[in-house]
Amino acid sequence: MLKLLKYALYDILKSRFALIYTFFLFLIAVSVYQISDDLGKVSLSLMNILIMIVPLIAAVFATTHFYNNLEFIELMLAQPVKRIQVFLSQLFAVILMLSLSILIGFGLPMLVWGADSGLLILLGVGVVLSAVFAGFAFLASVMTRDKAKAIGVSLALWIYFSLVYDGLVLYLIYSFADYPLEKPTLALVLLNPVDLGRILMLMQLDISALMGYTGAFFRQFFSSNTGWLIASSALLIWIVFPNWIALKVFGKRDF
Amino acid sequence: MISVNSISKKFGKQQVLHDFELRFEAGHSYAVMGPNGSGKTTLIKSILGMVLPDSGEILVDGQSIQGHTAYRQQIGYMPQIGRYPSNMKIGQLFSMMKDMRPEVKEYDLDLVNQFELEMIKDKAMGTLSGGTRQKVSAALAFLFQPKVLILDEPTAGLDPIAVEILKAKIQKERKEGKLILITSHILNDLEELTDQAIYLFEGEVFFNDSIESLKEITGEGRFSPAIAKLMQWTLKKKTSTKSLTHA
Repeated sequence: MLKLLKYALYDILKSRFALIYTFFLFLIAVSVYQISDDLGKVSLSLMNILIMIVPLIAAVFATTHFYNNLEFIELMLAQPVKRIQVFLSQLFAVILMLSLSILIGFGLPMLVWGADSGLLILLGVGVVLSAVFAGFAFLASVMTRDKAKAIGVSLALWIYFSLVYDGLVLYLIYSFADYPLEKPTLALVLLNPVDLGRILMLMQLDISALMGYTGAFFRQFFSSNTGWLIASSALLIWIVFPNWIALKVFGKRDF
Repeated sequence: MISVNSISKKFGKQQVLHDFELRFEAGHSYAVMGPNGSGKTTLIKSILGMVLPDSGEILVDGQSIQGHTAYRQQIGYMPQIGRYPSNMKIGQLFSMMKDMRPEVKEYDLDLVNQFELEMIKDKAMGTLSGGTRQKVSAALAFLFQPKVLILDEPTAGLDPIAVEILKAKIQKERKEGKLILITSHILNDLEELTDQAIYLFEGEVFFNDSIESLKEITGEGRFSPAIAKLMQWTLKKKTSTKSLTHA
């Protein structure tokens, strides 16, 4: 398993994409830090960028990586190694690379110009979202036999969770504005990993006061221990579940 | 040594393997023949566990291969189209494959030396020609001195010198009592290298016996005409079943 991971990582780090992605994130972080001295504003700007870009890159990169490495995967399957190990080594390599890029790209400027708890949570959210969308991408890849189709499915999932879902939630909130909506909204947030990441971040900032009664309710929920526990288990499920299904499909796939 | 017990496989609606019953014994060399799309590669990939049959089971040394991977240590596989990570160098590929089987300490470097792969070990796999890639595949298949050799169209794409080297190597391994499975469309090669004939047609085993009895049954003295006759019979069978279904 470690050997397979070693070769998979070696291949990824050689692909030059990792370097470009890290540098890109680094550039964003540096420029945001230049604009403002207020750490709260910095985290808010970085969050807005991260919440859009990181899932997108994770989804597209993981899909292309799977298809580009199909040869390697086939070669390994004819060797005395288990399928589950081949799959997990590829998955972990992708998640590791994406996480390292965020940790280095965003982390280095933080080391230089300082960070608060909000920025640290931002790093965590970035890593988690990378893992979630890598999972979606691997699921899309093992279910299809065509690279273009798999990328299409990954992108559709990204659009759904990043844009469409919020629209649906807003529509629901407006339609049922006469009813108390705190708990349903909370449930709806748990059903979207991107929103969950965003709310977790916002709760660290003062602007949650601007969100009215719902904001206060959220703040109360997410600052309690049970709230944190529920939120992190929801994120954990979002990481494990797609990957687990992808693993099952991979185990039965013909090569 | 390898027994294939009534395996069937469908890809979508197409029945690729239908109720296959085959035995492969050590010390024999098998020619697996059949038109394109008759299920040769699917059969081989099923034995390797890359394709999972819908029903039936495959036993290697009396043990079902389902869920097992250790048996692949005994198999050297040369794929029809060798597909390798393109930015990996030949030398790295070899050391990686050795790394995958740490128990094997003694390597069979005959083909590596004769194909002079050592000299181009710094070339990336993606830059190699099809023939050179075939040489790498062949050298890898023999590298770990496996008991079973599965060669999927081994001579396709190789230059005449390389073909002779490879054939001599196969003969040598045959004399050592290894189980060899070859698919090919080049009948002359098969006649030289094998003693058992398996003919697949439209997902079914049409013929499975020694080459001697193939010649006897078809009444032909030589291998190629015998196979030609077999092919004619399959075509006849096809038209007769067609006329039945139309009736």
